[in-house]
Amino acid sequence: MYAVHNGAMSTRHILLGLLASGPSHGYDLKRRHDERFPQARPLAYGQVYTTLQRLVRDGLAEVEGTGSDGGPERTMYRATDEGTRELTCWAGEIAPPAPFVTNEIFAKVVVSILADGDPAAYLRAQRAAHMDRMRELTAVKSAKGADLATVLSADFALNHLDADLRWMTTTADRLTTLTAEVDTA
Amino acid sequence: MSNGDNTAGPLLAGRGLVKAHGRTEALRGAGVELNAGEILALTGPSGSGKSTLMHCLSGIVRPDAGTVTYAGRRLEELPEERLSELRRTEFGVVFQFGQLIPELTAADNVALPLMLAGADRATARSAAAEWLERFGARGQEDLRPGEMSGGQAQRTALARALVTGPRVVFADEPTGALDSLAGEQLMTALVHTARETGTAVLLITHDAQVAAYADREVRLRDGVLAPQGVAA
Repeated sequence: MYAVHNGAMSTRHILLGLLASGPSHGYDLKRRHDERFPQARPLAYGQVYTTLQRLVRDGLAEVEGTGSDGGPERTMYRATDEGTRELTCWAGEIAPPAPFVTNEIFAKVVVSILADGDPAAYLRAQRAAHMDRMRELTAVKSAKGADLATVLSADFALNHLDADLRWMTTTADRLTTLTAEVDTA
Repeated sequence: MSNGDNTAGPLLAGRGLVKAHGRTEALRGAGVELNAGEILALTGPSGSGKSTLMHCLSGIVRPDAGTVTYAGRRLEELPEERLSELRRTEFGVVFQFGQLIPELTAADNVALPLMLAGADRATARSAAAEWLERFGARGQEDLRPGEMSGGQAQRTALARALVTGPRVVFADEPTGALDSLAGEQLMTALVHTARETGTAVLLITHDAQVAAYADREVRLRDGVLAPQGVAA
């Protein structure tokens, strides 16, 4: 049974997840994050170190010592038992299924209708931009030798863009029907 | 008749195409251009005229009005036997349901276009086996369509469409009957092969994720090309 919780997508849980395979330092965590989430925005080093300090403050991680691996000396972190419990809890919680419609495309169409603009022209241009991005992602995931993390993240993005496109197509059809009704009234 | 384009323009172009089925006008002045080696997605809702446009472009049906030009030659001016030869040698076609011959094995289905073009059976079957292997259907040479999964049947249909070395492949909803992973495998195989061989593909689909395998998209609506958006 899944618990419903207001847990959001969070860097702290992702870092805890990366620490689950063993102690690590900030630089390595950032590198592994960007490998595992190839289509995500890369983590900033500053954000990694701030988040690690907060994990330590909250008792979810602790400093293991320092290591150098032949390079500069770096602080090593490990997850605490409490951190491991927190991670398990977060990973099993369901994400709220889209509780609010807050999306730029949706907002622009609504505003365009309200302001007597040209939502159909906007939808056509947005469709072209979506298709451009979908072609890029399809090329990335069908390239020979694409790794699993890349394929999974491209799949995720493609399915969300596809959902946007289906909504945009239906909306364009509705607008055409509506215009035809107004014109014949 | 495979060599010597007479123009430097698109490989295949339909212009002002009109076609009615009884009283229903499927095409009302549609036009589209396909360049050599290009993969073009033709999308649009059901009933928008996608398949009729493909049938006109591939010479399967003659339009009521408008022109189709392939490598500088006007299709409507060709006598039926020349058109038939062109379809056999220059074009390959894949449908949603493979439309394989149920009595023949996979290898014989793929070998058939070569045998119709005059190849002997052994040569044709050997080429067929190579194409089946290329599409990941090795070991399935002796299966009959009734014994194949949807993905196997479509891979066989793809091999049959490409075995003659066509310059254009028409694919009408090739993944329409497949689950998403089987569809992905088929599209990846089609796109990689088309790129390697320089084959142009006209891909009909209503699925944006399939259309995203193409170089560009044209949308059809009510028998004409829909206005295209430009991503700013």
